[in-house]
Amino acid sequence: MGLASATTIQEVRAGIASGKATATSVAEEHYARIAAEDGPSGKGINSFLALSRDRALAQAAKIDALAAKGEALPPLAGVPVGIKDVLTMQGSPATAGSKILQGYRPPYDATAVTRLEAAGAVLLGKLNCDEFAMGSSNENSAYGPVRNPRALDRVPGGSSGGSAAAVAAGFAVASLGSDTGGSIRQPAAFCGVVGVLPTYGRVSRFGLIAFASSLDRVGPFATNVRDAATMLGVIAGKDANDATSSDRPVGDYVGALAKPVTGLRIGVPAEYFGEGLNAEIRAAIERALDGLRAAGCEIKKIALPHTKYAIPTYYVIATAEASANLSRFDGVRYGLRAGGVKTLSAMFRETRDQGFGAEVKRRILLGTYALSAGYYDAYYRKAQQVRTLLTRDFLAAFAQVDAIVAPITPTPPWKLGEKTADPLQMYLEDIYSVAASLAGICGMSVPCGETTSGLPIGVQIMGPHFNEENMLRVALAIETAQR
Amino acid sequence: MADSAGVTTEEVLRVAELANLDLTADEVPRMRRDLSAILGHIAQLNELDTAGVPAMAQVGEMLGAEIESTGASLRADAVHPSLDRAAVMAAAPESDGRFFKVPKVIER
Repeated sequence: MGLASATTIQEVRAGIASGKATATSVAEEHYARIAAEDGPSGKGINSFLALSRDRALAQAAKIDALAAKGEALPPLAGVPVGIKDVLTMQGSPATAGSKILQGYRPPYDATAVTRLEAAGAVLLGKLNCDEFAMGSSNENSAYGPVRNPRALDRVPGGSSGGSAAAVAAGFAVASLGSDTGGSIRQPAAFCGVVGVLPTYGRVSRFGLIAFASSLDRVGPFATNVRDAATMLGVIAGKDANDATSSDRPVGDYVGALAKPVTGLRIGVPAEYFGEGLNAEIRAAIERALDGLRAAGCEIKKIALPHTKYAIPTYYVIATAEASANLSRFDGVRYGLRAGGVKTLSAMFRETRDQGFGAEVKRRILLGTYALSAGYYDAYYRKAQQVRTLLTRDFLAAFAQVDAIVAPITPTPPWKLGEKTADPLQMYLEDIYSVAASLAGICGMSVPCGETTSGLPIGVQIMGPHFNEENMLRVALAIETAQR
Repeated sequence: MADSAGVTTEEVLRVAELANLDLTADEVPRMRRDLSAILGHIAQLNELDTAGVPAMAQVGEMLGAEIESTGASLRADAVHPSLDRAAVMAAAPESDGRFFKVPKVIER
């Protein structure tokens, strides 16, 4: 028995509670689908890097025991979930999509992982991603690119390409990803699923292999807004192991969805709707805004005047922080160690040269340059000041509106290999996502249509710091209007 | 900011040395080209007058009054259990079980 077509948390939980299925059968169905379709003999999606069958089935058995006794089931009981490979799961490999961590098995779980499992989730395995979360297409993974399940010759987006693809392909009901400059929101849009960027500090970063510590966030992917809200509620909250995690009380995100959006003020920033935005994406977002207007929202034009400086600001700060964070990968304590070296410094240099891919090296060099003597003030300090200006833009906007609706991607998903030759071109794809990252506000992407050739289109909703409720409500209204 | 000529090969090699990256001969020109292009783009930040604007390092500490504190705080200075040493050393490329082993540190 099973739930072959279950795609929501509610369906899985209800199915197990009613006895129509067991957590074990649900897990096995998902593993069977992964085996048939994820690999090269299937569709070649390549979303999973490692499977954690023993752990998953042990958890499924626990849930089944609870269900058999008729006991109340936890919120994610039996729900098959995938975990981006930058998050640690004890005993499973954590590669961060890199050769430099090949073979590494972390001795502890990430807090978000612990919380999911405590809520009953069945952790299927580790999901492919761009190396050290650096990328917008999942083409920078040392373990092969991920293919977009909605169009197999196209990218799923990045860096959480595997996390988005696994949910879009039905390999998992939900997944965890990370977003530093758009890495949850953009692949969600490209794969036609929901992705949430919680406010910085809302979800613990403990166990997240760090890329840029003042920007990195952990967040969920799901097939629908309600599931995303459920996942967020489970993973959010203060963590003693993460000093940047907030002690603000966690909202009732699912409960907030019941409030109608009538009267909400929606900001539409002119800077996000200029040249360079694909016409079909623009039209889909305008339709979504029409729907919100019809639902009783007030649509207001707003200005976010420093938007064009967000990309250069981001690529200074993120790469500077990355250069510091990635200095720990030196062959001493874990992962790859270059062989045949005679001195310690040769070991550092050769390990890193062999272990890091081109994009990672590029960003480390850029970051090191920006922080080096003689350039620190001109680049890093300057970028930090512009970060303040970008944040003030959002604070001013949120004094007038409750949520902001804007594109998340300038283009629909491109073909694999199409943009790999020019790194700057790839960076410019992040144009709509990085400002929210720098300001620390929350954001999400929800599907809002397709191009005429069937490629998914997503719309971004941004919310004030620690007000995920507003954006989730707006997202639900947009989602409902699609049906 | 970098002059309009972009990054020189010497600068790439110096930065690579700082970052402990051993670039191969054919990686260097590509990196020089890419870094020059990206730094050229980043030079736009010079258009902005940021005199008197505080530098934002962390969302949490952001400007005191401008957003409420997120409660980031220090924990009590007390010993807590940390990672299991055996588990940590098991991941080491080379160890004697207690220490990490590396090639000689002093190069003479």
